[in-house]
Amino acid sequence: MDPQKFTLAGPLVYAIAAVGPGIGIGLIFAAYVSGVARQPEANNILRPIAFLGFALVEILALIGLVFAFL
Amino acid sequence: MSSTIVAMAHTADPGFVPPGIGDFKYPPIFPGTAVEWVTKPLLASVLAAVLVFVFFTVGARKRALVPGRFQFAVESTYTFIRNGVARDVIGHGFEKYVPFLVTVFAFIAVNNLFGIIPLIQFPTLARFGFPLMLAICSWLVYLGIGIRRAGFFGYFKSVMFPPGLPVFIYPLLAPIELLQVLVVRPFSLALRLTANMFAGHILLLLFTLGGTYMLTNENLVLKVLAPFSLAGAIGLTSFEAFIEVLQAYIFTLLTALYIAEAMSEEH
Repeated sequence: MDPQKFTLAGPLVYAIAAVGPGIGIGLIFAAYVSGVARQPEANNILRPIAFLGFALVEILALIGLVFAFL
Repeated sequence: MSSTIVAMAHTADPGFVPPGIGDFKYPPIFPGTAVEWVTKPLLASVLAAVLVFVFFTVGARKRALVPGRFQFAVESTYTFIRNGVARDVIGHGFEKYVPFLVTVFAFIAVNNLFGIIPLIQFPTLARFGFPLMLAICSWLVYLGIGIRRAGFFGYFKSVMFPPGLPVFIYPLLAPIELLQVLVVRPFSLALRLTANMFAGHILLLLFTLGGTYMLTNENLVLKVLAPFSLAGAIGLTSFEAFIEVLQAYIFTLLTALYIAEAMSEEH
């Protein structure tokens, strides 16, 4: 690792990769919040689904992060 | 090959070396001997295995009807996975897979939490090989369930050609489904865990090392702004604790989902 080299490639790769999952996570939790707002008893049913969807979407951003470091 | 950014490059001192992949390589503890492969992450993961074993064994020893505090903690962890994950997701016939799921959850959670525990401070699953082995265990479990229920070719036929679809879809669907079951599922399980731990560790390193660098720098502006970086490190630590346990839960939940899907192929 040479600290004097400055390349924009890595951070740019991650910046582009984070757009889609950002929108996706927003959509998932918007659905979760409005579902719980309409029917608070559904909280325990919807919460595992929300976290599962969050993990599946987040991995796309994290694959971009891994490529940013390679 | 690795991209690094020099922060505040106008100062004359060698500058801040941001954390990168090199921070994940640990030197051997006994160099030059036969056990040169023993490093700190290896000892930490062995410690995690011992802790999980002791936790569940000692907790289940006194089977008091009204549980004490430790027994209640052990029972809560066990029933959380047994009810919330195994029973709700797998449904009928779930009891056989509860030990596997509970062990996977506890082991991954303890290993991840080592990322914020002082003196260890390395999430052991941040190196890709280790979660890959855990994902291969899950892969073998759900492949074994499917193959035992429907035979080798029967299982893959039911995966690649699910009934009730128009015929022209099958050439499109079959390779995708085969790739999904054989490659994408275990790989994505392992990669999700590794990338989350990698990113969290890098962030913690950045905020902590950056804050210390700013605090000990001669530049007065950096000295004044240093507490914000260190406060960010504190906030990130609690966020990391949440993410670490969440990733363990997600791994367990996805394994249970794949098991449930393999069990229902025979319909």
